[in-house]
Amino acid sequence: MNELLDMLSDLHEDVDFESCDTLIDDGILDSFDIVTLITQIKDEFDVTIPADEIVPENFNSAEAIWNLIHRLDEE
Amino acid sequence: MLFTSYGFLAFLAAVLILYYTLCRRFQWQLLLAASYLFYYWSGPKNLIFIMVTTVTTYFAALKIGHYGEISAAYIKENKAKLTKEERKAYKAGMKKLQRKWMLACLFLNLGILAVLKYTNFAIANINFFLDAFHVGEPISFKNMILPMGISFYTFMAVGYLVDVYRGKYPAKRGLFSFALFISFFPQVVQGPISRFDDVSGDMWADHKFDGKAVSFGLQRILWGFFKKLVIADRILTAVNTIIHDPATYDGIYVFLGMMFYALELYADFTGGIDITIGTAELFGIHLKENFHRPYFSKNIAEYWRRWHITMGTWFTDYIFYPISVSDPMLRFNKFARRHFGEYIGKRMPVYTASAVVWFATGIWHGAAWNFIVWGMMNFVVLMVSQELEPCYKWFHKHFNVNGTLWYKIFQIIRTILLMSALRMFDCYRDVSLTFRMFGNMLVHSRIPQLFDGRFQTLGLAAADYLVLFIGLLILIVTSLIQRSGSVREKLAAKPLIVRFACWYGLFLAVLIFGAYGVGFDSSQFIYNQF
Repeated sequence: MNELLDMLSDLHEDVDFESCDTLIDDGILDSFDIVTLITQIKDEFDVTIPADEIVPENFNSAEAIWNLIHRLDEE
Repeated sequence: MLFTSYGFLAFLAAVLILYYTLCRRFQWQLLLAASYLFYYWSGPKNLIFIMVTTVTTYFAALKIGHYGEISAAYIKENKAKLTKEERKAYKAGMKKLQRKWMLACLFLNLGILAVLKYTNFAIANINFFLDAFHVGEPISFKNMILPMGISFYTFMAVGYLVDVYRGKYPAKRGLFSFALFISFFPQVVQGPISRFDDVSGDMWADHKFDGKAVSFGLQRILWGFFKKLVIADRILTAVNTIIHDPATYDGIYVFLGMMFYALELYADFTGGIDITIGTAELFGIHLKENFHRPYFSKNIAEYWRRWHITMGTWFTDYIFYPISVSDPMLRFNKFARRHFGEYIGKRMPVYTASAVVWFATGIWHGAAWNFIVWGMMNFVVLMVSQELEPCYKWFHKHFNVNGTLWYKIFQIIRTILLMSALRMFDCYRDVSLTFRMFGNMLVHSRIPQLFDGRFQTLGLAAADYLVLFIGLLILIVTSLIQRSGSVREKLAAKPLIVRFACWYGLFLAVLIFGAYGVGFDSSQFIYNQF
C-alpha cells in the first residue's frame, strides 16, 4: 500500500490520499494521472489494468485502487 | 420522417394509444414493429443494413458470452487443482477466442459504416492525388446510400458487443428484443448513443399508464419543438445566407454567422434530443441525458463533458482508454519517460490517444476534411489549455478572481467564443475558406458594417429578431432555473393557473412563431445526417 501511496503522492503532493475517497468524482485524478498510474502499477506490481476496469469506483480512493490491484493479481 | 412533421405526430399518437390499450401485453413487440415501420419509411433498402448489424452483433455477443460462461465454469470447478499461472493461461486462451469473435463482428459492422460513409471521401482524395501527379483517370464517385442513424446505431452495437466481451453484463437472449435496443425509433435518428445496461431495465418491462410520466414526456417534446421550430429553423435562414455567400458577408457578418450558428446548432440538436427523450418517456423508457447546459461551461474540457455526452463517453470508454492502457502504449509510455523525461514522457501516450479520439470524432461527424480539421483543432485547443494549466493556477493564486461572478461570466463567454469559432469548419464549404473567413473576421470586423444595408438582406424581419431574442432569453432563464433541479418538477409544484399559462403559452408560441407556414415541412435536423 505504501508504494501505491508514494505513486499517488508523486502525482499530486497536496492531496491526502489516505483519506480522500472522491479522487475521480472531484476531478483530482484526470486521464493523464490514470494512464501514468496504470503504467507504474504495471511496472511495480506486474498487474495489467484493462480499460474496462477504469471506472470511478475503482479509482476513487487509494484503497479502491489497492483492492483492484489485488483482485486483478488474484484473477 | 422528421420528428417535427405532422406525420410523425400522427404516428406517435397511434403507437402511444396502442401501447397503453390494445397492445398492453405486447408493449416492446409493438415498439419493435413501430421502430421498423419508422425505419422502413426512411427507405426500404436501409432496413437491410440495420438488420445485418442487429443479427451479427446479437449472435457474436451470444458466442462471446458462451465462451465466458465456459471459462468461468471451468475455473470454478478446477480452482483447487489449477495453479495461478495455469488459471491465467486458460483464461487468456478463452479470452483470445472471445476476442476473435468480437473483432470479426467489429470489422464487419465498422466496415459497413466506413464503406457507406467514407467511400466517396476516399475517392475524392485519391482523385486529388491522381490529378496533382497527372496519373491515370479520375475514379468516378459511387452512388452510396447512407442509412438513417447508421453512425448512432453502429456505435450502440459496438458498445454492447465490447461490454459483453469485457464481461460487464451477459449477452441478451432474444433476437427480437435485442433488435428493439438497436432500432428504438426515438433514438435511432440522432441518438443519444445509449448503453445497453442504461436502457435494459426499462425497454422490455411492463409499463402501466402513468399520467405524470406521459405529461412530462409531452412537455419535454413541446420544449424540443419550441427550440427547433421557433429558434433553430428561424435563425437557419440568416446562417445560410451568410455562409453561402462569403464574398458579400465578410467582416463582422462572419462573426454574426458564427454566433447565429452556435445558437442554431444548440437549439437544433438539444431540441431534437428533447423530443427523443420526451418520446421515450411517453413509453416509460428513460434515455441518458445528452446535454448538461454546455454553454455554461468554464473551459473547453468541461464543455466537452457537457455537450453530446453520450458520444464523448463512448469515445472515452471504447477508444481513449483502450488505446491509452494497451500494451504497446504502456511500452511507449515507458520509452518516452526514459528518453524524453518524466514531463514529456507522461504526456505523449495520453496526447497520442487523444489525437486518435479527436480524429475519430471529427470524421464521425462527416466525411470531409472540414470535420477532420475541426476535430484536430479541438485536440490542439484542449492540449494547449492543458499545458497552460500551471499559468492559470499562477494567475488564480496571484489574482483573487477565481470563483467571482464576473470571472465566471468571462470564462463562459470565452468558452462560447472558442467553441463557436471552431464550429466555423461546419459552416464554410472547405478548410481554406474557413481559415480565410476567420482571418477576415479578425482583421476586417467593424461595428458600422451592421448598418451598411447588408443586415436587412439576411432574410429575417425585425419581428424574427424579436422572436429570437425572446427565445434566447427563455433558453437562458430555463437553463438558470435548471441548475437547481428539474424545471418540469418545479412547474408541476406550481398552482394550476401558472402551469397552464406556461405550457399553453409554449404551445401557442410553437404554433404561432414556429418557422413554418402552409405546406411547410421543417428543415432536417443537423444531426440526422450522421
